[in-house]
Amino acid sequence: MKSLRQHTSLWLSLGAIILIGAWPLVTGSALSRETMFTVLRSVALASSLNILLGYTGYVSFGHVVFFGLGGYVGFYLIAAQGWNLWPAMLMGGLAAGLLAYLVGAAILRLRGAYFALATIGINEAVRAFINNFEPFGGPTGMTLNFKLYKVYGGPGAALQLSFYIMIGLTLLVVLLSYWVRVSKFGLGLLAIREDEDAAEIMGVTAPSAKTWAFVLSAIIPGMIGTVFFFKNGTIEPGLAFPLHTSIEMIVMIMLGGQGTVFGPILGAAGYEALRDYLLVSPLFKNLQLAISGILLLLIVLFIPRGLVGWLRQRYAKVRRWLI
Amino acid sequence: MEAILRSLIDGLLLGFVYGIAAMGLTLIWGVMNVINLSHGSLISLGMFSLYFLFTGLGVHPYVAIVITAVLGLLLGMIIYAVAVHRIINAPHLSTLLATYSVNMIILGIGTAILTTSPYNVPFDLGSIKFAASVVPTTRLIAAIVAMLVAGGLYLFLQYSRLGRYIRAVTDNRDAAEIVGIPSAQILALSFGLGTMLAAISGALIATFFPFTILAGGAYELKSFVIGVLGGLGNPVGSLFGGLILGVIEGLVPLAMPTTWTPVLEFVLFVLILLVRPTGLFGGSE
Repeated sequence: MKSLRQHTSLWLSLGAIILIGAWPLVTGSALSRETMFTVLRSVALASSLNILLGYTGYVSFGHVVFFGLGGYVGFYLIAAQGWNLWPAMLMGGLAAGLLAYLVGAAILRLRGAYFALATIGINEAVRAFINNFEPFGGPTGMTLNFKLYKVYGGPGAALQLSFYIMIGLTLLVVLLSYWVRVSKFGLGLLAIREDEDAAEIMGVTAPSAKTWAFVLSAIIPGMIGTVFFFKNGTIEPGLAFPLHTSIEMIVMIMLGGQGTVFGPILGAAGYEALRDYLLVSPLFKNLQLAISGILLLLIVLFIPRGLVGWLRQRYAKVRRWLI
Repeated sequence: MEAILRSLIDGLLLGFVYGIAAMGLTLIWGVMNVINLSHGSLISLGMFSLYFLFTGLGVHPYVAIVITAVLGLLLGMIIYAVAVHRIINAPHLSTLLATYSVNMIILGIGTAILTTSPYNVPFDLGSIKFAASVVPTTRLIAAIVAMLVAGGLYLFLQYSRLGRYIRAVTDNRDAAEIVGIPSAQILALSFGLGTMLAAISGALIATFFPFTILAGGAYELKSFVIGVLGGLGNPVGSLFGGLILGVIEGLVPLAMPTTWTPVLEFVLFVLILLVRPTGLFGGSE
């Protein structure tokens, strides 16, 4: 019983994701499945970025580059090379991880705002490169031949399969995020976040720890990219590398609480719910972006720790079980 | 040879305008260590300010630029007071997100009112022969105005009392406060000046290019590249950075398809961040 209670946050997080994932299976409606697919994608992306941003304290403004690159590599393998979704998805994740490894070794030497700027630069450079890269279709991108879905039992079954994979990936991200948070490796990351120089003196090998945090936060977004664009049927640079998606991930993390396991899940689900509400309400439909902006500003100014962070700070009892 | 010269002149003229946009970004960074992610939307507001003053009220475009500059200064000071002042000492993430939220608010309201369709200021002064090439007069004037603004800013920072205050706060905010400089007001003024430069550059661009409410985003990215080229926090370096970027944009299309220009720009950007984060003209840290 004790060990169960020790991991309350993990059970809470996994339970929340299973609930989100099971909802469309209960209602059986395709619309709610699409909605929940988007929610799960946001939860998984935000939780991945949280490993770098929340635990390590490095703010990446270009994290969507891993989603986009993974999407492109996986999509290319499926559409042009006739690969199956599964190995293609693994390659998408590997490509994203490899980019993070190569780039991370260089740019993680930069601190603070310089790192943030470099990540924007990398996202734009990769986007501009793919815009010119003919095998990936250049500016027009690529489309999937619908016949390809037959292997998976037709388009309907392929959509269903994508949804199951999405649930699986999200659960995987949360397990990873929780493991990093409670492991010794994660403790090193938290030390880097608080004071990198002091952490090095205490024996944390900061360069390699940061690089691995970067790689871990990149692999699953790459796999999500493949699944997302497999389901989408087309891919183009504008869809794959939107800078504002990177920033939405940060907003979700801030909303829920950076550096916690449950925070990004809560933040992503809350942000998506709010956006859905704003998009369908006749009064706010056109002002959705402005209202999200006001919300973000209020959070940054008044509750920078996010909801989970605020609860932990306010109530000592909560601190014991909620991370 | 003639083609090269023509591209070079085109690029240089545009480079001056890019330069003052970047100057605004780098002035704010230098004084308060804030990367202003609302820079692009402020450039867009400059464009629309000129558009409405000209088409709505019939103000001459070059008079409208002066009005736009004043409005930009005021707006910048308001943004500082509302969104930045409270978190000026917080970690970078806070100021990055606060300025980005201002960006979202401006773009959200802007797209709701103006949609994202392109606008164009119907204003033409013909062209003049300049060296070996024919340039639109509006572009030549834009470059001259940009030079004047940059020169004026330099004199202001170097010789006026307020300019000295700004430089003092840049060097050491605590020490400046000890000798009695009202640092909060100086920070607000600096943010206002940065915004003013963004608005002026937007207004100048609007005299020769069509634009949308989202157009400023591309110039914001250029400002980042230029700011890093010239050294973040070094306003004079930004002007040279702008010229370098203008020349790159002018000459690259002669050698390869235009679409490769951003690849080169951003690779250069990341490389300079890594190798010389103080910029090409900055000293070592």
